Amino acid sequence: MANFYNDNPDLKHHLTHPLMRKIIELKERNYTDAEKYDYAPFNYDDAMDSYEKVLEIAGEISGDIVAPNAESVDHEGPHVVDGHVVYAEGTQKNLDALVKAGLMGISLPRRYNGLNFSLVPYIMAADMVSRADAGFVNIWGLQDCAETIYEFADEDQRMRYLPRVCAGETMAMDLTEPDAGSDLQAVMLKATPDEANGCWRLNGVKRFITNGDGEIALVLARSEDGTKDGRGLSMFIYDKNDGGVTVRRIENKMGIKGSPTCELVFKNAKAELCGSRKLGLIKYVMALMNGARLGIAAQSVGVSEAAYREALAYARDRRQFGKAIIEFPAVYEMLSVMKAKLDASRSLLYETTRFVDMYKTYEDIARERSLTAEEKAEMKSYSKLADAFTPLAKGMGSEYCNQNAYDCVQVHGGSGFMKDYACERIYRDARITSIYEGTTQLQVVAAIRHVTTGTYLNRIHTYEQEEIAEAYKSLKDELVKMTALYAEAVEKVTGAKDSEYLDFMARRLVEMAGNIIMSYLLILDASRNESFDHSARVYCKMAQAEVAKHADFIANFAPNQVEEYKQA
Amino acid sequence: MSLNIIVLAKQVPDTRNVGKDAMKADGTINRAALPAIFNPEDLNALEQALRLKDANPGSTITLLTMGLPRASEIIREAIYRGADTGIVLTDRTLGGADTLATSYTLAQAVKKFGNYDIILGGRQAIDGDTAQVGPQIAEKLGLPQVTYAEEILDLKDGKVTIKRRLENGVETVVAPLPCVVTVNGSAADCRPRNARRVQKYKYAVSPSEKEKLSDEMKAIVDARPYLNLQEWSAAYVDADPEQIGLPGSPTKVKAIENVVFTAKESLTLGNDDEAIENLVKELIANHTIG
Repeated sequence: MANFYNDNPDLKHHLTHPLMRKIIELKERNYTDAEKYDYAPFNYDDAMDSYEKVLEIAGEISGDIVAPNAESVDHEGPHVVDGHVVYAEGTQKNLDALVKAGLMGISLPRRYNGLNFSLVPYIMAADMVSRADAGFVNIWGLQDCAETIYEFADEDQRMRYLPRVCAGETMAMDLTEPDAGSDLQAVMLKATPDEANGCWRLNGVKRFITNGDGEIALVLARSEDGTKDGRGLSMFIYDKNDGGVTVRRIENKMGIKGSPTCELVFKNAKAELCGSRKLGLIKYVMALMNGARLGIAAQSVGVSEAAYREALAYARDRRQFGKAIIEFPAVYEMLSVMKAKLDASRSLLYETTRFVDMYKTYEDIARERSLTAEEKAEMKSYSKLADAFTPLAKGMGSEYCNQNAYDCVQVHGGSGFMKDYACERIYRDARITSIYEGTTQLQVVAAIRHVTTGTYLNRIHTYEQEEIAEAYKSLKDELVKMTALYAEAVEKVTGAKDSEYLDFMARRLVEMAGNIIMSYLLILDASRNESFDHSARVYCKMAQAEVAKHADFIANFAPNQVEEYKQA
Repeated sequence: MSLNIIVLAKQVPDTRNVGKDAMKADGTINRAALPAIFNPEDLNALEQALRLKDANPGSTITLLTMGLPRASEIIREAIYRGADTGIVLTDRTLGGADTLATSYTLAQAVKKFGNYDIILGGRQAIDGDTAQVGPQIAEKLGLPQVTYAEEILDLKDGKVTIKRRLENGVETVVAPLPCVVTVNGSAADCRPRNARRVQKYKYAVSPSEKEKLSDEMKAIVDARPYLNLQEWSAAYVDADPEQIGLPGSPTKVKAIENVVFTAKESLTLGNDDEAIENLVKELIANHTIG
């Protein structure tokens, strides 16, 4: 009997962030849906109460159903029967419970039978489901592909597909191919118009497709004959009911084994165009990936949480040399750093989610009426922040997730290396978070322009202006010094006007920005809620050392020294 | 066909997590120290009712509970999971009822409700563990009863086919409708609360709860008839005052003893297959397992 919402008060802290009032007001269009739908809220308190009640359901399912099934799902895994995926028994049970609970289409508008929730509670549910079973969250979390249909498909398509997602049908995004992984411009799956039947036909192979046998798939395919780059690609919707796609095999993975990673064969599969031709990669996949990256950031935080809790419980329980191992400095330092990284990445996750919520909600309002100049400016500013923070949350969150999983095994000592404890599964599951939906290295590529254009620095200055509790004034003084080191490092690297040198140093600069931002976020959290005090202090200490380390490296490094690192 | 389903349920103290203050000095349950929950096997019964409703669209499920006014909490809980409405049978005169008085009162309420096709309830409640109320209601209503039900396999042509879980296996029986079915804990778990239903019904209140609301909330409840739960009194169900509550309860608790199990003897086993095999044989021989 565990409830992953009620047993983790940090979630409520983030759910009730001051900006939520504005986000929900915008999302609910000043609560006008209450007249049309009997489940729509009539004011902020009512909406927040509903968010909490629904998160309690997600927390209960995560704790009572998904988490207890995680081990058997990891062992059993999905398999292919007659070209289609059959989930592990536990996976199917998890999915049934979440569907019956109505936790599909959480953020979709009510006219498609969605809950019209802001992204924050949706991401929070993903955070909890990931803590329960990181592999399962992929299947459930692919519901955010529906956002892409909502944003780019026409109304007829929305009416046909979105209610099905809300009723529990699962989705997939079919992007990668054997020769098109990180480089999606190389996608070859061929789309040909079938004018006689008023549809498109897809032929080719997709590889590494999560939940590839989902009922509704978004497929990136080459619609423009003779093209070779991203501009020849369009997005299609494939409905499994129409047939034409079979699962050739399921990959045998290191972790997240419950999530079927499929190789798909398209044989004249019927499909329909989503949005406009040629915008598949350059517009729609970019939007899809940003949503997916936020999802992986949530998954990373959830896995980090699981790792921290397993380590903490073991360290309290395990006795050596006459006392619990948690009493040894080497162990308690590890645990407090784990908690600090967990809290820092979670604060960054929800800060990012609020930014996405703000600009997406404005974008949605703009579909109904034109925005005021002030609203437009606000949308633009949040859109930029979302763009800057998403790779940071995904990149650093997934690295922290891996570090926490590593330390979790370490705290368990020899027992952690055995299959008897959950930590070995967590360790394997964590490993993918810094790889898929863009490796950490690619997150750095996405983030670096916000280092060079000053998005991060401007935001850091905004945090500097915010009211904080008296107790954190001295920590803030340190952060101001760290910011100066960061600005200096940025100036040195960008001043050299050497793009290879910039690429070489990009990870360090992005991490410095991330360290400072997460420090500020934790101080702000601690100012609002003293339970974050410990993490704020521990994280700032760690961040200070990290920033100094990177600053030192950059200060003592001449651009031409990049040559010394080149490998044949 | 659409069915009129009654689910009998009870709000009980959570005896699964008993602390040392769970009993008062006089040996009765200290209800204040234990959280009040939906009796687990009644949730199994609700799930069977919900499956009947899934298979027979247009059916309605009414939760009937006897208890304190706060028992409306479990009605909301049932509605969140898919029940349509509920009735709290509450009255000061009902306090102290044993199974005889309880079954009498509930049977009266069922008669008052009238027009039902099937009555489902949990096998037993975790506070008393008697498993008597369901069968007694069936007797008082003159209905067939199926106890230890694990799954309703089929319902058609006025008959219901039910799998029963017995000590040594399963038994499949057919009963005519209407009948009373008590559901075993081995039956399927109840489905979770539904997000949309929670939002729709979270302000559902009984009349006594409604009185305590602000005017603003009262107006909301008035404007939405489905938010109004029912509360029935003993008089409303035409209960004979002599047969309800304490006066109607011949059961008297003489004494309650707190039993703490302690091991009296221990056995050290060798770390080999033979020793373990011998232990298993012994445990089978004395019926501890098997």
